[in-house]
Amino acid sequence: MSELSFPKRPYRTHGGVHAPHNKNTAHKESLVMPAPAMVALPMTQHIGAPCKPLVKVGDTVDLGQCIARSDAFVSAPIHASVSGKVKKIDKITMPDGGKVDAIFIESDGEQRLSPDIHPPKVESLSDLIGAVRDSGLVGLGGAGFPTSVKLNIPSDKNVDTLIINVAECEPYITSDHREILENSWDVVSGIITVKDFLDIHRVIIGIEDNKPDAIKALREIADSSVDPKDEIRVLPIKASYPQGAEKILIKACTGREVPVGGLPSDAGCLVMNVGSIAFISRYLKTGIPLVSRRLTIDGGCIENPVNVIAPIGTPIKEVIDFVGGYKEQPYKLIMGGPMMGIALPNDDLYVLKQNNAILALSEKEAKHNEPSACIRCGKCLDACPMRLQPLELSNAADRGDTDALKFYNAMNCMECGCCSFACPAKRHLVQNIRVGKALLNKAKREAIAASKGGKN
Amino acid sequence: MENMLHVSSSPHFRSNDSTRRIMLDVIIALIPTSIAACVIFGLRSLILIGVCVATCVLLEYVSRKIMKRDTTIGDLSAVVTGLLLALNLPVDINPLIAMFGCLIAIVVVKQMFGGIGMNFVNPALAARIVLLVSFPGPMMHWVKALGAPEAAAVDATTAATPLAAEPGTYSYIDLLIGRCGGSIGEVCAAALILGGIYLVIRRVISPIIPCVYLATAAVMSLIVGLDPLYQLLSGGLMLGAIFMATDYTTSPVTKWGKVIFACGCGIFTILLRAYSNMPEGVSFSILLMNILVPLIERMTVPRTLGFVKKAKGEKK
Repeated sequence: MSELSFPKRPYRTHGGVHAPHNKNTAHKESLVMPAPAMVALPMTQHIGAPCKPLVKVGDTVDLGQCIARSDAFVSAPIHASVSGKVKKIDKITMPDGGKVDAIFIESDGEQRLSPDIHPPKVESLSDLIGAVRDSGLVGLGGAGFPTSVKLNIPSDKNVDTLIINVAECEPYITSDHREILENSWDVVSGIITVKDFLDIHRVIIGIEDNKPDAIKALREIADSSVDPKDEIRVLPIKASYPQGAEKILIKACTGREVPVGGLPSDAGCLVMNVGSIAFISRYLKTGIPLVSRRLTIDGGCIENPVNVIAPIGTPIKEVIDFVGGYKEQPYKLIMGGPMMGIALPNDDLYVLKQNNAILALSEKEAKHNEPSACIRCGKCLDACPMRLQPLELSNAADRGDTDALKFYNAMNCMECGCCSFACPAKRHLVQNIRVGKALLNKAKREAIAASKGGKN
Repeated sequence: MENMLHVSSSPHFRSNDSTRRIMLDVIIALIPTSIAACVIFGLRSLILIGVCVATCVLLEYVSRKIMKRDTTIGDLSAVVTGLLLALNLPVDINPLIAMFGCLIAIVVVKQMFGGIGMNFVNPALAARIVLLVSFPGPMMHWVKALGAPEAAAVDATTAATPLAAEPGTYSYIDLLIGRCGGSIGEVCAAALILGGIYLVIRRVISPIIPCVYLATAAVMSLIVGLDPLYQLLSGGLMLGAIFMATDYTTSPVTKWGKVIFACGCGIFTILLRAYSNMPEGVSFSILLMNILVPLIERMTVPRTLGFVKKAKGEKK
């Protein structure tokens, strides 16, 4: 117990870049969006097995009713985000280009709450994990990993630290920042619930120092009356991208390194997004599953940038119209932040559970020059938070050289994009490394297939 | 809304850096040295610089055209090469010899190996060495500098370089402000240091290579029994350490690689100065270390975050 002390200042992390912050929406109250006429709920809004629909076309559904689930361990059920009628079940194109079944619900405008909804009884850790599973919660920071799986820590791992991720290092995005300012009690009570059930006695709230009002709010609430043993501390960290990446945040908050290919639990840490933790606390109080979320609508082409609490499955076009529409024709529309988000082909897509921002970027913001030859300046090495050599990895991927990709640890790349951001020759470094990682995965699959073939 | 927007793999933001901006910074950093050259050796220096820069840019343009590749003179790297080559030449060199040097630098060393970022040795240095070997006379004809001490004079118009002169001929101040013989860009150490500070502040170069190079050279001078400060300020060491050894393409990208590279440069420079029959060793030592860069880089791959060395016998 005594060896677990709180760091006075964050530990040093390597690399990172100074992307423009553009937190234009940090001081604007979030708007609550009314139910749209139609929502589409795809069967995969998480990492893991897709869900199977539990409803048929023509069924009447209530708000919060579970409409799809899967028995697989890594998965999260999906709930109706409006009350109304199931119109159709059809394939839609996801932001990443894959085609997935989605349930289309036509809203009746009543937002009638499902009679099944009641606060869950939670008396033990397994109750909590079960409740979180039923709530459909996934990591709200962007990756969408089912939270119930995260809380289910294998017994051989000794997790002694809970890190709350409020770094929010991506430019523009302020949804976590607003969560703290608007729902700070939910955040702190969620932290206390999770730490008590998991028997964790050190909670570090890692927050970038460009949010002084949020730091102050958290420090005021997490005082001795709610935290008598002083187990929750706020740790302001330097505002630079990518401080919010899990492995980097763990290093900054605890000085520990997650082993290559390992998980945060290998470093004794559990990292949770602030939005997810606040949701857990609300769910335990009300029993309303994950049916809406806060997302930042911003970018040079948005008339009135603001955070919106929108029902999941709302068409993106309607969310943007709700805040006042486009100022001009956007050059790029991005789901997520400008550093790691996915560029959308049009606004005919739907808000997903893990979707923390929609950005409409102008040509001036998002256009860049064509790549030119590498001048070996080494700025990508200085920028890489994982201390990799992006230029070597990118060249190896170009050549299709899997040995070199392995030698330079391609699989340790977390695709944060710092190398491409920093490159003066505007080379597509991280993009090439993604191709290289896919090559390595392919080689691995082939090797496994070959070894199986050999045995039979 | 238009049906199809631009899509690409993230990141969607890029920094404002560009190759051109970096090269422009190097040119800006060389301005004090160029001005010093004009003051010390007269306006003939300016003509020499002009000839070299113009020839390099022209040759880059023509060779890219012949090879049917995109024109790259816009990135200003040919200007930098021309400028650096000019600063490495004596002021009264025949312009035709200087132009031949440009041909070696741009066409042979740079473009024949694939253009910017592909050359394995520094183009300006390689050209200087080719000229030194081919035209030793004109390449070592040192015009007397403005204000140089009388004792250094060899005849009416020429003077000995600090490394060839009798000890005591030049004071430290002479060396710092360039009152001595030598190629037009190497004599004024103060101007070179000013340019180096600018490059470090602009984050164009990391201070590792110049600092380690100079420190190693100082320590080596002590070991072989030379005056360290005199060695640092004389000859091409400042120019080499700040502008030649830090050339991106031909120096290691890894941090420890830079340290090893700069150490090697420092050791060889002083060994050549002390024991070879040539007065100067900077060019050769940097060239030698340039060739070793791929090996040094492979030796100094940084430890990636979370990498744990496998214990002996442990299964991979």
